[in-house]
Amino acid sequence: MIKSAYSFSNKKEKIENHVIVVWVDNEAGALARVIGLFSGRGYNIDSLAVAEVDKKKNISRITIATSGTFQVLQQIKLQLGKLIPVHKVADFPKNKKTLLREMALLKVVSSKVKLEKARKLCKKHKHTILDKTEKSLVFEVSALKKEIDELVKKLQPLGLASTSRTGVVAMTKGFEIYKQK
Amino acid sequence: MANLMTGAEMIFKVLEDQDVKHIFGYPGGAVLPIYDELKNHKKIKHILVRHEQGAGHAAEGYARSTGKAGVLLVTSGPGATNAVTALTDAYMDSVPLVCITGQVPTHLIGTDAFQECDTTGITRPCTKHNWLVKDVNKLSSILHKAFEVALTGRPGPVLVDIPKDIQFKKGKYTKPNKAKKNNIKLNISFNERDNSIEKVVELIKKSSKPVFYTGGGVINSGPEATELLRELVSITGFPITSTLQGLGAFPGDNNQFLGMLGMHGTYEANNAMHDCDLMINIGARFDDRITGKIDEFSPKSKKIHIDIDPSSINKNVNVDLAIVGDVKSVLKKLILSLKEKYPNFIDSNKQEISSWWNQIEVWRKKNSLGFSNSNELIKPQYAVQRLYELTKAQDAFITTEVGQHQMWAAQHYKFNKPNRWMTSGGLGTMGYGLPAAIGVQVAHPDKLVIDIAGEASVLMTMQEMSTAVQYKLPIKIFILNNQYMGMVRQWQELLHEKNYSESYTAALPDFVKLAEAYGCVGIRANKLEELDLKITEMLSVNRPVIFDCVVDKTENCYPMIPSGKAHNQMLLGEQDKKEDISEEGKILV
Repeated sequence: MIKSAYSFSNKKEKIENHVIVVWVDNEAGALARVIGLFSGRGYNIDSLAVAEVDKKKNISRITIATSGTFQVLQQIKLQLGKLIPVHKVADFPKNKKTLLREMALLKVVSSKVKLEKARKLCKKHKHTILDKTEKSLVFEVSALKKEIDELVKKLQPLGLASTSRTGVVAMTKGFEIYKQK
Repeated sequence: MANLMTGAEMIFKVLEDQDVKHIFGYPGGAVLPIYDELKNHKKIKHILVRHEQGAGHAAEGYARSTGKAGVLLVTSGPGATNAVTALTDAYMDSVPLVCITGQVPTHLIGTDAFQECDTTGITRPCTKHNWLVKDVNKLSSILHKAFEVALTGRPGPVLVDIPKDIQFKKGKYTKPNKAKKNNIKLNISFNERDNSIEKVVELIKKSSKPVFYTGGGVINSGPEATELLRELVSITGFPITSTLQGLGAFPGDNNQFLGMLGMHGTYEANNAMHDCDLMINIGARFDDRITGKIDEFSPKSKKIHIDIDPSSINKNVNVDLAIVGDVKSVLKKLILSLKEKYPNFIDSNKQEISSWWNQIEVWRKKNSLGFSNSNELIKPQYAVQRLYELTKAQDAFITTEVGQHQMWAAQHYKFNKPNRWMTSGGLGTMGYGLPAAIGVQVAHPDKLVIDIAGEASVLMTMQEMSTAVQYKLPIKIFILNNQYMGMVRQWQELLHEKNYSESYTAALPDFVKLAEAYGCVGIRANKLEELDLKITEMLSVNRPVIFDCVVDKTENCYPMIPSGKAHNQMLLGEQDKKEDISEEGKILV
């Protein structure tokens, strides 16, 4: 039995996946403010990518894959917009107009036979081999999250020993850009 | 280079340039250079508190009663962590504070030095913004910016963490007008190009069951906003209700005022919210104490929301029309537009809303704030009513702690002016009222300042009586003493089969003797017949007073929307409660 000073809602709403891009001043604590907002308000972070993109203006671009109801996603954008170091918030729709990429480095340690199989598998997908020894291979993969997930699954029986993945980054197609203020 | 000054000197230069007259603080190792500099700045008066939380709440009281930013100065480590409750309180209730904290010297940061803590890390979620200053040349521009952030948009607390070596170092001072004003989000001006104002006017015209629901945003927008609200309500003839924080923006004794709404709001206000066809929210945020069960919140209404904070829109309740902007500028435009389109609106529209007013009068007849008075015991509601009657001529400032007494104060003390009511709403901080009263009294030395308190709450920051005595601040601490944490006891009675687990204080101090120990005046009222006399005695004393008003121990605060219920499912008193304790009801409460 629930005994509480708060009301509970029984409504179930649809969860949407979005990629949100935030341009922030590249200063101490800026990333912590963004991340803290998500953890503090109970929003999801499915993946995260961040790096400085404009040295002159001292601006970093944070790309966050997130999920939530429509209302929660609206809140995420509005709350991010209130942070002082945030210049601009953009919501990249997951559709044909958006380019999404994730990168992974995959190390396979295995027998010659299995290494050969792994090499063929990666060749088919035009993945780059960055390093090889008799016992191991390191691939660089740049693809959609789903594709990397599949590759990882296939490489597991072939001796996948270590996986390093970035979060997703996003860019709009065509000549339009989200202007930074 | 000429005109170099130390970090400590810069801090005071900023305070002077920002026209700060009072700061609340407590010294310690990491702020000693700043305290050393204090002697050279006679224009700034420092109020020494007894605990940093007290400094924070005092600064809040100061800010809320003046509209200016409250400033506090505390040391590193425990000084900063003690201020966190007050910062969070200010963040929840949109109170502009500038908190200056000392920090260990730059080269020791990260070494777990004595009295070191990650102040900016700890206060990141409870401030609008915070800064750790690592370069003395940036100190003054950061401090100016801090004031700007605290006071603009939706106000709130900010914190500037200044390592001790930066306080000693010399650097260049930046004047306030030179501090960059490039951040658009600080100066939200609503977009007048779209036709949302015209839409509001049309919705007002079409409505037959309208209600204004106003909040603290009106008060934060300044005295002009209050005047405009009064004009708008007067030219529309619509009923108006207010949140806890909005009390005073509209006269409490005006006939169009339905009283406070929400969990302990009036029957007429909550039913009007539930049944209306047009809700005009001005500067309120659809808090859960206001809405009750969100799925059943005002099901038949069109909702308009005017708020300066874009993230308040559609956060808890989806609205039909949102206007992001300062209440003052929006209301100005709205009134102009309404007058232009429908001159003499109130008369032409009277017929349209007359049956709505008739319905409201029916609800009003329930007299939901009524209580059965005793002829022996002092009922807490009666005590607040008498306090109101005996002080209403005086333009009094009221602060409160948190709990039953707070709700009774909100229900029975009528406010006619803004900035006269200081209470902790969002965070619900017990111990807020006494230090807040100190801050209010510092800002308004000649006014009557009363903290309507509960005996449990007030003990949390009681040490600040020593501050009041030191600065001869004649605050009146009016304790409704029922020996229980009353609101906890009430919930335990309603939800936990009267298992009053730990909500009774068995060893309370003798408040009269306590007052004497602090060097102030103690007064006790035990009996009904002596209440007025004792209150009058309290008011005649020009010194701090602790008033121990011994009230009925078992009184509950009604009316009440149990949580999980809708606005039209209020409990009006003990009688309702008995009928309502169904199994299903218990689950939802």
